[in-house]
Amino acid sequence: MEGRATRAALVVWVAGVLVFLFLPITTIVIFAFDRSNVQSWPIRNWTTHWFLVAWEDPAVRSALWLSVKAGVAATILALVLGSAAAFGVHRFRFFGRDAVSLFLVLPIALPGIITGLALRSFFTFDGINLSLVTIIIGHTTFCIVVVYNNVISRLRRTSGSLGEASMDLGAHGLQTFRYVTLPTIATALVSGALLAFGLSFDEVIVTTFTAGAQTTLPIWIFGQIRLGQQLPEVNVVVTVVLALTVVPVALAARLTGGGGMTRSTVQ
Amino acid sequence: MVKGEVREGRESTGVARVSAALWRRAWLRAALTLSPPLAWFLVIYLASLIVMLVTAFWTVNPFTNNLEHQFTLSNFAALFDAPIPAIIGRTVLIAALVTVTDAIIALPFAYFMARIATPRVRNALFVAVLLPLWASYLARVYAWIIILTKDGTLDWTTQHLGLGSPNIAYTNLAMYIVFSYIWLPFMILPVYGALERIPDSFIEASADLGARNWRTLRSVVLPLALPGVVAGSIFTFSLTLGDYITPLLIGSGSGTNLIGNVIYDNIGLANNLPFAAALAFVPIVIMTVYLLVARALGAFEAM
Repeated sequence: MEGRATRAALVVWVAGVLVFLFLPITTIVIFAFDRSNVQSWPIRNWTTHWFLVAWEDPAVRSALWLSVKAGVAATILALVLGSAAAFGVHRFRFFGRDAVSLFLVLPIALPGIITGLALRSFFTFDGINLSLVTIIIGHTTFCIVVVYNNVISRLRRTSGSLGEASMDLGAHGLQTFRYVTLPTIATALVSGALLAFGLSFDEVIVTTFTAGAQTTLPIWIFGQIRLGQQLPEVNVVVTVVLALTVVPVALAARLTGGGGMTRSTVQ
Repeated sequence: MVKGEVREGRESTGVARVSAALWRRAWLRAALTLSPPLAWFLVIYLASLIVMLVTAFWTVNPFTNNLEHQFTLSNFAALFDAPIPAIIGRTVLIAALVTVTDAIIALPFAYFMARIATPRVRNALFVAVLLPLWASYLARVYAWIIILTKDGTLDWTTQHLGLGSPNIAYTNLAMYIVFSYIWLPFMILPVYGALERIPDSFIEASADLGARNWRTLRSVVLPLALPGVVAGSIFTFSLTLGDYITPLLIGSGSGTNLIGNVIYDNIGLANNLPFAAALAFVPIVIMTVYLLVARALGAFEAM
């Protein structure tokens, strides 16, 4: 129904939005290679020096290590709980089934500060000291829905008759799971795990409330930006975090075609 | 090979028997798969929300700094003391402006994706929206400090174009730009979902009935896109209401305080958990009303 002029205008609009979406991200990456201590544009000298400085900074290293530990643990827990929830909601009809999917999405649909503050109140109330465990609990809570979305969107697109055929041929439940169900959802699980890790690795809003005195990589970045200190190092670390969140998404999109990746899915 | 696996199944009768027993009892399988995730959510998440609600009715002893489990409404009463109402008003205003801005940016983009782009281009655009959606949130906020700051890339660009330096870092305008930027993908995807579902025949029917393009857009396309816009707005609105990173990094303090960073300050410096909890109920109440209205408009089907 569109005329030629309308189409041309739309193409210009789309190009403009793409520039808007990617220009800031590109800016960060460019500044990571800036030699100067004081950030100014345009960049005069280029270097990879700050990558080395950041890598050798013990504060950055320990923050990175903490983030990796929290991310891996939260991803594993989210994989188990999220796929169990997806199977349950997909296979069975029960009272309150619609409420379950709405409930699971709450931790990322409500502002992160609510989840963070609620968990903080809970830990304070129970007298639980803030530690790696409390960070992992917080991250798992909002990562579950990521795995859930990926797995359930895959289950919806695969026929249940495959599993039934396997049972008819004499396989028991465990075999059916191992040889039929798992291969069909494998890429959805990998995609869910990548996204969950990316989300956890970068999370700062909930983490601030559950970390206590510990410093994850995003908390280190946040602190340095607020103080305006070591900004060349911050540029480098932010670029690395950016890469570690973007690469998994690109991989996940390839694996699943983007199903279950819209982040806003209430199904 | 598959044959071998089946024979193995017959031999390990224990596993087979358990499996058969489970197969006959659907409720048992349902309970076994669903109880771990539900228990997690009930014991941790729901319990946390309830504790937060209860905490909002407690006080902090001004001398010992300890939580006192004594019922009071004073935290909620304090929500009406200056400057809190102004801060709530500013937050809601910015959230509303961001939502409208993102809807306006997203509609033509999503329309192009859904109805004009070839499948190849459409997939590329889909990934192009997914990448910033998932890319590090901190990185995307930080990028704008580099861009907007004095002598940043924006200043340099405008100076070279002879427009002077806008100097908008650390203002409400800067926060509005940053929020519009970081939540934009949350708006594009549901709007695209809604537009993609409009059957071509609807648009043909409209043309057959004599409607010109503009009329078809106004009377057919936009009403059908509305649920998508509402679905996206849930995120743009809700995420702005609770964000504290952007006001702390892009704002400048008293004139740019939002609900989020006031809650944050009450956890850290002021150490007033009950007041923070009471203030946290403002976004929850606003979002609950918003969700009820959104559901009435049919937005949940478009997510």
